[in-house]
Amino acid sequence: MKRQSYEAFDQAAVPNDLCPIATKLNPMLPGDWRSMRPIVNRAKCVKCAVCWLYCPVQCVVERPAWFDFDLRTCKGCGICATECPQRAIVMVAEGA
Amino acid sequence: MSAVLKPKTKFIVCDGNEAAAWAVAAAHVDMVAVYPITPQSSLVENLAKFIADGRITAELVDVEGEHSVLSVLHGACLAGARTYTASCGPGLAFMFEPYLRTPGMRLPIVMSIVTRDTLSPQTVWGGQQDAMSVRDVGWIHMYCESVQEVLDTTIMAYKVAEHRDVMLPVNVNHDGNYLSFGAARVELPDQHEVSAFLGEKNINWHAALDPQRPMAVDPLTGGAGGAGPSMFVRYRKGQCRGLQNALSVIEDVHEEWGRRFGRYHAPLIERYRMDGADYAIMTIGSMTGAAKDAVDAARDRGARVGLIKVKTFRPFPARAVAAALDNVQAVGVVDRSVSFGWNCGPMFQDTIGALNILPRRLPAMSFIGGLAGADLTVEHFERVIERTARLARDATPEATVWLNEAD
Repeated sequence: MKRQSYEAFDQAAVPNDLCPIATKLNPMLPGDWRSMRPIVNRAKCVKCAVCWLYCPVQCVVERPAWFDFDLRTCKGCGICATECPQRAIVMVAEGA
Repeated sequence: MSAVLKPKTKFIVCDGNEAAAWAVAAAHVDMVAVYPITPQSSLVENLAKFIADGRITAELVDVEGEHSVLSVLHGACLAGARTYTASCGPGLAFMFEPYLRTPGMRLPIVMSIVTRDTLSPQTVWGGQQDAMSVRDVGWIHMYCESVQEVLDTTIMAYKVAEHRDVMLPVNVNHDGNYLSFGAARVELPDQHEVSAFLGEKNINWHAALDPQRPMAVDPLTGGAGGAGPSMFVRYRKGQCRGLQNALSVIEDVHEEWGRRFGRYHAPLIERYRMDGADYAIMTIGSMTGAAKDAVDAARDRGARVGLIKVKTFRPFPARAVAAALDNVQAVGVVDRSVSFGWNCGPMFQDTIGALNILPRRLPAMSFIGGLAGADLTVEHFERVIERTARLARDATPEATVWLNEAD
């Protein structure tokens, strides 16, 4: 595939106290400020995908025999744990 | 010698809402998004007609509410379009979230507020409570006195908003009922002259939705740590600087308008019969006509009264107001809205703030009138003048006077 190349935006052309702009996206992800994280009990998970359906940030990732979470983007809302029909997900405090 | 009356000058009779629509047509606006609301509706109906008739080439977006109106204009502005909308009252309230965001993104959007009093009790009538309620959000606010001033100021607003030292949205406010539906003879400026006045469009030089210049617009700041807070302060101070720069830009733009079109409107404040005045009254918007008549009559009777009309309310021309009041012994400030919590008018509150610039204490009183469509007549202003004259003698101000209380 041909790589697209753009002329870089010249930040020097704009006063740095004008409109808030950035040439790269803010690297901060929801996982940086999460207070609870989901833990899957692999023995209980039947891969029904209810957690995958409900996750608002779509951080559920598929493994061979269970579903897991991408903790970079998981914001710790706990919807997956509430909705799991098998009670296979528990929320634990970060740093605990 | 420059000819003031251009050969292509046309005169028409129209109300303030139609005058604003003519101004939008003359300013070659690219994108209009609107939602109708009393007393603004005929303004956007006129605009829709101009567009349907092919008089304006702008695109009109009929959206489902005012929140979307301003969001559409954000996108259009970032794509380089000159944009316009109009709203008031509950519509302005529904617009509040993108309204807050507009000045920080430094988008030079022009919006008319056809001022309307706010609920409750239910009212669809004039009053400046809606515009006054959003005075400290970061938009520039200019209040018009006449139908001609509505037309001229709406065009001038683009030149102010798009000035590189300003880059801020502008509200051009005209009184609901009194200016929105009051008809007068107005002069339509020559189109070539308006185009020359506004110059070349370059709206999104600073922030753009443009694949050739990839950038993240309005990114999340870094919270409590890192570079976030200091970056936030930098942008806030930049916004304050833009607003303060607007004071001189507004003066320059009004001066150039006068040179080109022969009509010199007072840019920040107008001093009316202030020479030798012992005391002054202050007005804003269309009430000023009746107030000037009352001042003329009082002067004929020998009263030494003058008048200061505020046109630019944000940024507040504090130095100009203080300088104008430097030689008087008292001031009576007439507002068409209420500053809840201070129990007085907002312009009164700003005026006593500005008076701190003076080394002495100047007795001042707040008068509130014209709420919910009430008329402010010459008789009302005679009472204001009489009470302010007494204030100049005894320097004993009283609580806010509600002018229509006994009407």
